[in-house]
Amino acid sequence: MTGTTSERGLRLPRYLREDAAQRTPVGFPGYRSTALRAPLRTPVDLPHRLTEVTGPVLGEDRVRPGDADLTLRNGGEAIGQRILVHGRVLDSDGRPVPGALVEVWQANAAGRYRHVVDNWPAPLDPHFDGLGRVVTDSLGRYEFLTVKPGAYPWSNHHNAWRPAHIHFSLFGRAFTQRLVTQMYFPDDPLFGQDPIYNSIPAAARHRAVSRFSLERTQDDWALAFEWDVVLRGSEQTPFETDDDGDVA
Amino acid sequence: MSGSVPDPLDVPPDPAGPLQPRSGRRGSGFLTEPLRLGTTPSATVGPYLAIGLTWADGAWAAAEGTPGGFWLRGRVLDGAGDVVTDAMVETWQADPDGRFPSPEDPRGPSSYPGFRGYARASTLSGEFAVHTLRPGRLPDGRGGLQAPHVDVSVFARGLLDRVVTRVYLADETEANAEDAVLRSLPEDRRATLLATPAEDGYRFDVHLQGDRETVFFAV
Ligand SMILES: [Fe+2]
Repeated sequence: MTGTTSERGLRLPRYLREDAAQRTPVGFPGYRSTALRAPLRTPVDLPHRLTEVTGPVLGEDRVRPGDADLTLRNGGEAIGQRILVHGRVLDSDGRPVPGALVEVWQANAAGRYRHVVDNWPAPLDPHFDGLGRVVTDSLGRYEFLTVKPGAYPWSNHHNAWRPAHIHFSLFGRAFTQRLVTQMYFPDDPLFGQDPIYNSIPAAARHRAVSRFSLERTQDDWALAFEWDVVLRGSEQTPFETDDDGDVA
Repeated sequence: MSGSVPDPLDVPPDPAGPLQPRSGRRGSGFLTEPLRLGTTPSATVGPYLAIGLTWADGAWAAAEGTPGGFWLRGRVLDGAGDVVTDAMVETWQADPDGRFPSPEDPRGPSSYPGFRGYARASTLSGEFAVHTLRPGRLPDGRGGLQAPHVDVSVFARGLLDRVVTRVYLADETEANAEDAVLRSLPEDRRATLLATPAEDGYRFDVHLQGDRETVFFAV
């Protein structure tokens, strides 16, 4: 049996559509794998209805003790430069997103992933698996301890090297806010030759780069890097109602 | 959630309020404009997504044994017609009563027994598989009803952002004929969004490119 709902007059948030000049395109000529994968037709605008403005509740139940410390795995310490990565998850209205699941994964200090597909000649670290999970606190803050990932080669073009990066996956409150991205480190000399970094429009590239944080750097322990993640915000003006989808 | 820090601009809407006339001004409005932050740009999940995104219980939008549960299975194909085996497919949908297990549902969050509404599945075996329930119909904001649908995100190496589509059920002929989103599409493109009945549920292939390129949505 298919249930129905017939409520009328519900006001839904309308998530802001991002300026195409500020967002990463799905395909990019310099990144070869996009050629046969990135759709070629123009996507159709989907109005923001109930399915789009809601999202799963994924919180502490997805996180196990120790998930926020990637430096201690299999009973020992990972080798590499210990770093504290911290920041806030906000929406574009500047409001913190509390209770948001943040999943991260990365290469080890030598630039090797613990994955069957990665077999370039750099060592694996028995005490590093590269997986972390945290949930933002009531102010939208997150932090995790890890080692700085190494750069690694990939076969996109001759002598292609990925700048050091950490992969991030985030859920906000709504399907519209879902984000998978990569965090970079400041002043990486590999930026210039990396098509994945350069696929981000120039005006937005700095938002993918963390900031060295002397304030949170811990004496005799770890360097710190700060990176805020901004998810899409929604229209909150109470006087403007959209007949294209605000009301369901 | 947004209420944890007081925001002077966050005036709660009147849920019973009638449709208000438009201000004539599109976009964000000057009240909130100065606070707007640039969003973080997306990046590809890359080839090693399995490290960070594998969940033992990922496939179960509806828990095993939930009455009415079925499998939604399918392949992701590239522009050469080759099966993509390093993608992740995520689904999000209403429960059979048309409710969401989400505090963002303005009608209040639901808790349908065994239903998470969300699933993620890799395509490593050649196809993704998600165990779920038939979604209910939802108001479409114009006095009509949306047909049962599942919102889908596909992430993969070679996609710098997720691509989004919607799965409709081919045997919901009447509801599909009334669905505003389906109706807005050219007839020959609608079929790319229809999952077809299969032995233990439905099948839905995603064609990233080609003659049968799936309709993808900008959300
Ligand atoms: Fe990577």
